[in-house]
Amino acid sequence: MDFTFTDDQLLFCKSVQEFLQQEVTPAAVRKSWELDTGRSDERWQQLVNLGVTAMLVPEQFGGLGMNELDFVLLAQACGQVALPEPLVETALVATPLLATLAQRDSRCASLLEKIATGERKIAIGHAANNLVCDAHVADFLLLPSGNQIHLVPRDQVKLVAQASVDPSRRLFAVEWSANDETCLVSGPEGVALLAATLNRGALGAAAQLIGLAEAMVQMTVKYTSDRHQFGKPIGSNQALKHHMANCAVKIEFAKPTLYRAAYTVSKRPVHADFAVSHAKVAAGEAALLAAKNSIQSHGAMGYTWECDLHIFMKRAWALDKFWGHAGFHKSRLHQWLMNPNAKIGADKTFGEQVA
Amino acid sequence: MDLNYTAEQIAFRKEVRSWLEQHVPARPLQSFDTKEGFEQHRQWEQTLAKGNWGMVTWPKEYGGRGCNLIEWLIFEEEYYRAQAPLRVNQNGIFLLGPTLMEYGTPEQKARFITKMASGEEMWAQGWSEPGAGSDMAAIRSKAIRDGDEYVINGQKVWSTRAVFADWVFCIFRTDPASDKHHGLSFIFVPLNAPGVTVRPIPQLNGLPGFAEIFFDDVRVPVANRLGNEGQGWNIAMSTAGFERGLMLRSPARFQETAKRLVALYREHRNDIVDLSIEDAVVKSFMDAEAYALATYQTASRLMSGGKIGPESSVNKIFWSELDQHMHETAMSILAARAELLPHSSAAGDVGTWLDGFLFAQSGPIYAGTNEIQRNIIAERMLGMPRK
Repeated sequence: MDFTFTDDQLLFCKSVQEFLQQEVTPAAVRKSWELDTGRSDERWQQLVNLGVTAMLVPEQFGGLGMNELDFVLLAQACGQVALPEPLVETALVATPLLATLAQRDSRCASLLEKIATGERKIAIGHAANNLVCDAHVADFLLLPSGNQIHLVPRDQVKLVAQASVDPSRRLFAVEWSANDETCLVSGPEGVALLAATLNRGALGAAAQLIGLAEAMVQMTVKYTSDRHQFGKPIGSNQALKHHMANCAVKIEFAKPTLYRAAYTVSKRPVHADFAVSHAKVAAGEAALLAAKNSIQSHGAMGYTWECDLHIFMKRAWALDKFWGHAGFHKSRLHQWLMNPNAKIGADKTFGEQVA
Repeated sequence: MDLNYTAEQIAFRKEVRSWLEQHVPARPLQSFDTKEGFEQHRQWEQTLAKGNWGMVTWPKEYGGRGCNLIEWLIFEEEYYRAQAPLRVNQNGIFLLGPTLMEYGTPEQKARFITKMASGEEMWAQGWSEPGAGSDMAAIRSKAIRDGDEYVINGQKVWSTRAVFADWVFCIFRTDPASDKHHGLSFIFVPLNAPGVTVRPIPQLNGLPGFAEIFFDDVRVPVANRLGNEGQGWNIAMSTAGFERGLMLRSPARFQETAKRLVALYREHRNDIVDLSIEDAVVKSFMDAEAYALATYQTASRLMSGGKIGPESSVNKIFWSELDQHMHETAMSILAARAELLPHSSAAGDVGTWLDGFLFAQSGPIYAGTNEIQRNIIAERMLGMPRK
């Protein structure tokens, strides 16, 4: 029993985190809003060069052969900077799905190799989300149709842009028709893969939500330390301290649920539903509270376009509802817990483990 | 990260479970805030000590087993699963014990730890004073050096278990010219010493769980001082770290309450019209689970050389508010019966819920109020300005 990350995991995360903190500043995010695609090709290539799109690509396809647990801290770091590019959905959600199918499907295998090198981009749809993120910059789309999953070239679909409150998010309604040629998998296997995809999507969203919450608290601590009223920093007032302390409590207790979820998705996927839903609900609550308490602590400044807070706040509002909103995940938890055969109790935190 | 127990850890769990199955009293003991109940609990401590289960993390020389923190968590999980009695000597074993091991002289360790572990000597805590609650550095009770003795005068209050305990560990002002956290020392006083008066204070349930302690020219040997003169504040803070941090409230306690709450909800499911109750039940369970995960995470980190920091304040807020929320939810399920004392004929399955509900009201207050904890988090963890 050891609930810590390895030094290698921490070190890899730290190096990517440093890159993100340096390159993906609020000013850089605002700059990308002015681009037609909203996406910086240059930044994507830098991420590719760091090896992050190759992390979950199996070694035989030119990747690093890592897993969701190796990636989760990076997903959190993406949230900390509100990264506009779809790294989490590419590396943590689409890639493992393709990897599952790559042994028997050469299209998936070759696509994986090209995701690792940055030559191809991919977007992924799911019934939990009506819309597809970043479909406009993808070469291929992974799309569900009933119990089937299809791999469709972008030139075979029609995209209708849908404007989000978060200027960084680029969402599309996708009009397309399924055919045998594009179908990768169907039947019970398709259902299972769609379920696993939902768990990975929710895991990635939860990680980003925690990162966003941390960023908002950090910004607010700085703002309330600098801003003076009545001759002292407003952050010296207990009411504002307690707003931030409440966020810290939510964040600190969401983190272990996130890491447990990442572990469970990568090592015991059959038990992942409960762990993932727990993390998504806890992370969503932490991020929503951080948004609410941060804007309150910023006063009128927090309500402006000029203040960087909304970059993070809007992403939090959006991701809380993406890959399953709180109602969806809570109802999964309810169903699990109300099952008379549910294995619960102090000795079963990590499931039933007997000799 | 490996969230599997090792074969040794699973074997340890089995050993704990089987010992507890053979030794946990079949009928619940009386409250340890009654004279009879206190003695019953003292006997239970002695039973635990005989099996070397009193404090599994302590070194073998003090009656422990030298267990690591993961094994301690396993022990606690089994302890609450078995519904074993609450620990009457928690002030001693959870708070003072670790502090003594860190700051005590070899003589003090030999004298005090063994008897604490064996259940022979029970400890109360004497920190708060009428004028020193959240502002603990405002302590005024004095211990003035006179040769090889201290002469103590003053008053302590909210001293838990002091009515029936044998000893109290206190913080006194040893330098009368000092103020705030300077000039304080950590001193042990036997509660039967001449000049000590213990006045019981009934708590919400009517039982004397608290006491007020008056010191009137009480003399104790200088050897009863822990650490150096003037070091009392630092030692007390390290004790407070243990208290809020890890040892005082292991997650198993809340996980078992959450489990009982789920069972209570399932039983009454068809009578419940308030739709928010199911959500509260699920939330309780999730939060108890989150607390367990966080504790495993901290334990793992400490085992690989980390130190406990301001997260102890985050923990304290989380478990105390979780405990309140769980008991509020149980009271909502029990509805109109919730107010009934368990021996009332119409009380039905009220059981220990009401008592737990009353006790849960104290969680956000003791061991440093949650408001103080929030200040600590804001200032020391997040770096917000003190002034």
